[in-house]
Amino acid sequence: MSDAQPKRLTDIGPPHYQLFLPPIIKENYGKWKYHEILKPGVMVHYSENNEKLYTVRAGSPRLISTKKIRKYAELADKYCDGFLRFTSRHNVEFLLTKEENIEPLIAELEALGHPVGGTGNAISSIVHTQGWVHCHSAATDASGIVKSVMDELLPYFKTIELPAKIRVALACCLNMCGAVHCSDIAILGIHRRPPRVDKESLPKICEIPNLIASCPTAAIRPSQYQGKPSVEIDEDKCMFCANCYTVCPALPLNNPLNDGVSIWVGGKVSNARHEPMFSKLAIPFLPNNPPRWPEVTSAVKHIVELWLKNAKKHERIGEWIERIGWPKFFRLADIPFQKEHIDDFKHAGLSYKRSVHLTYM
Amino acid sequence: MPVEKKYETPLLDQLESGGWPSFVKEIKSAAEDNAMANDLLGLLEQSYQEKIGHWKHGGIVGVMGYGGGVIGRYTDLPEKYPAISHFHTMRINQPAGWFYTSEALRTLCDIWDAHGSGLTNMHGSTGDIIFLGTRTEELEPIFSKLTAAGFDLGGSGSDVRTPSCCCGKARCEWACYDTMGLTYYITNRYQDELHRPAFPYKMKFKMSGCPNDCVASVARADISIIGTWRDEIQVNQEEVRNYAKSGLDITKEIAMLCPGKCIEWNGNEIQIDNSNCRHCMHCINLMPKALAPGKDRGAAILVGSKAPIVEGALLSSVLVPFIKLEEPYDDLEIWELIENMWDIWCEEGKNRERIGEFIQRVGLGNFLDAVGLEPQPEMVAFPRDNPYVFYEEYFEEEEDQ
Repeated sequence: MSDAQPKRLTDIGPPHYQLFLPPIIKENYGKWKYHEILKPGVMVHYSENNEKLYTVRAGSPRLISTKKIRKYAELADKYCDGFLRFTSRHNVEFLLTKEENIEPLIAELEALGHPVGGTGNAISSIVHTQGWVHCHSAATDASGIVKSVMDELLPYFKTIELPAKIRVALACCLNMCGAVHCSDIAILGIHRRPPRVDKESLPKICEIPNLIASCPTAAIRPSQYQGKPSVEIDEDKCMFCANCYTVCPALPLNNPLNDGVSIWVGGKVSNARHEPMFSKLAIPFLPNNPPRWPEVTSAVKHIVELWLKNAKKHERIGEWIERIGWPKFFRLADIPFQKEHIDDFKHAGLSYKRSVHLTYM
Repeated sequence: MPVEKKYETPLLDQLESGGWPSFVKEIKSAAEDNAMANDLLGLLEQSYQEKIGHWKHGGIVGVMGYGGGVIGRYTDLPEKYPAISHFHTMRINQPAGWFYTSEALRTLCDIWDAHGSGLTNMHGSTGDIIFLGTRTEELEPIFSKLTAAGFDLGGSGSDVRTPSCCCGKARCEWACYDTMGLTYYITNRYQDELHRPAFPYKMKFKMSGCPNDCVASVARADISIIGTWRDEIQVNQEEVRNYAKSGLDITKEIAMLCPGKCIEWNGNEIQIDNSNCRHCMHCINLMPKALAPGKDRGAAILVGSKAPIVEGALLSSVLVPFIKLEEPYDDLEIWELIENMWDIWCEEGKNRERIGEFIQRVGLGNFLDAVGLEPQPEMVAFPRDNPYVFYEEYFEEEEDQ
């Protein structure tokens, strides 16, 4: 057949990154010598050949329209020969060789509503998930909380004067597509009502042995409903991980009366000074209160400001709390310490205080 | 084509004000001429009113021959919001380091404007370009245009997820290996594993060029490749003095915060006992013009990190304390190690058990035996503190006559 379709391409992988590197990077690849942060959101990297690459970093809501991407492209054409990149925290970075283009670019970004900042000892954009915009298992929205929190914390995005960097992340359920478990402050959507069994549809859409095996606490038991195989939930054993719901759509946990948000603090991934750490539970539950989640935003702001006031230079939140001790953190933050704060999952005993290294003031 | 405005959004409207860029403005901007984005506005407002999501559990959709890369999504209110009765996500494998030209971005926008909601994430948490919301019948046309433009889908489900990396040697003086080069190689080496889920659960690779770990490899990757060095930190004493002159308190801010306590400053020169350096990067971060990682550079390979589901969150732990990662990548020994790990995990792992959880269940010692690695002290924070050793052999008395 002469009018055959073109061959269907598969498994070609991503385009080679070299297609997208500006000439200054191609020429100095692996030859960068040092860098300076000139001001919030602006860096310069010096190469061994004394060439200078400027970076202007701007915040982004992550959920952006093609119109906004085209606007980014237009700015890149105007100020940096069409070259730009994105960061692991959803910021956009423009790569400039002409110093005189920095200020006009910043002016246009700010006019566009995209603040420039997020470098060095600052807060960077909040890594987050889809929430009610796109996810079936969300216990809260993601974008709305992020917007509300960043509106409050914006001054800390546009500075480089904090004690250390601060990384905030949000995941709208325990699946943690945003992997928030090692953040200075983690905002985590949680369910608090055990799954309801949709007994009519369950035998049609779920594999029961798989479903029973999916529960880490063995809270799902086989049963019968109208002569057909079904399951029942031992509600006392449920810790609301929702793994069952991922395996079987007939066990929904979403529930407006009980879903909400928890706040975790003190995690980090960098190896600088202290080894990487998990975030620990600070506030077990705050209500879902859209559109601006005032309880969540004020709790996050409160913790950030407490850290600003009390931390020594270069101490991230977890390092600060480790120095002063958790009891003092709860006293300073005026957060009631309750049963939910004490681990009762695997290896829980490792978190019990096993000395009298205690503070009383 | 212009879309007639159909929805009042009093709650979402409140998220248009404030200094941080607004996702609501983005959706509204797309909704001006896209019916899907417009219906999304209506549905999201309803979620804000009711405090619950309106998306159904996934569903198996995709492009021919692939088992991953598309996340099926349907609203539970299709009569009310018909334009988003299907609203599938496509994950598109990003170029390593997230570098683009304006031309490449416009190509992606043209494809998405013609076939989808006009909404994206730049980028998803794992690193992919996310096309947010399209219909089943649009998947093949989008895929065909993407591949013609040189792009391919990323991972989803129980496959190799799209590998990602920091900007490495492209713009960082601390990159101890070529993260972007290695990421490109790994992504291409494992195309089959990436597109056709065959594992017990997901398998993520993240490549960070130095121990600052800008892509959170130690927390978010089943296989974490983190750059480091094993010789002496490079020191320019003149520049150290300049930092001191400019107000940096080298004793207080650097020497006293050094976790190995291996730095001394006499007011004129810095002395580093490199044999006790833990490669944490703090001193180098504070004085990038004066200090640099050593010249004998490579990476440590750690394994097993993950978020909580199912058995609790894990950080990756050391499997290979140091390895050189230089071209030709085909000749590196790590591929055999990685493929051995996959063999044992596929053979013995349970459904939805990440490799980190599998190692916890069988024990790191047994895992090392299975993949052919010798135990090394770098692999543990401390040796065991209980006496319950599983000895596998013992001596028997000779039989009495």
